[in-house]
Amino acid sequence: MMGQTRERRPTNIDMGSLFAYQFPLPAVTSILHRISGLIVFLMIPLLLWILDQSLSSLDSFEQLQECMSGFVAKFILWGTLSALFYHLIAGVKHLIMDMGIGEDLSGARVGAWIVLVLSIFTALLLGAWLW
Amino acid sequence: MVTNVTSLGRSGLYDWMIQRATAVVVGVYVCVIVGFLLQHPDLSYEQWKAFMTTTAMRIFSVLSFIAVVAHVWVGLWTISTDYIKPMWLRLSFQGFCAVALFMCFVWAVLILWGV
Repeated sequence: MMGQTRERRPTNIDMGSLFAYQFPLPAVTSILHRISGLIVFLMIPLLLWILDQSLSSLDSFEQLQECMSGFVAKFILWGTLSALFYHLIAGVKHLIMDMGIGEDLSGARVGAWIVLVLSIFTALLLGAWLW
Repeated sequence: MVTNVTSLGRSGLYDWMIQRATAVVVGVYVCVIVGFLLQHPDLSYEQWKAFMTTTAMRIFSVLSFIAVVAHVWVGLWTISTDYIKPMWLRLSFQGFCAVALFMCFVWAVLILWGV
């Protein structure tokens, strides 16, 4: 990337040219970890509402089952749970790396691949469970 | 050591520890719920209520909600510090998160002790 005239001065990258770079996979799984965490946070009220409806009474339990049988409701729940499990799987990878396993470059790449494959598999399982 | 009044543990190291300890609690909680749901494919209201209102599950649930609040706070504090540069906007966002988390926690406790 750098030519022969080496620029020593540090330069800022603006948001536009940021996307011109090809991000390594560990960078992608890392930002997805943050995004999925934010999604789960935003969905906490939904999850609490589901918990409330499921426990309040037999009536509300059955109403919830009916409410959750529609496609849109299932899709939103599927998306939320997929984000939750992505966050959980990527988090377990974090804990494993904290123990000093897979901290080098190739280990980080392998770890990122495992996280992606496992979370796609989990999302498919969740879909099968919901539909 | 760099300290910051708005982080939870007053230092990056404590935040790092809190983030991991709470993650383990919530992770185990999710696994317990998933395990129960997998064991009961045709879950009835009575089974679900009986499970969630045992003293052990109530305590575990509240513990997990506390862990979620701490975990979300550290996570959102980190993200907002990274991405939201104007001080007033960042503090507004963090204030909103604190209020929202507190309300969610109170709601969760009311749900569990209401039934």
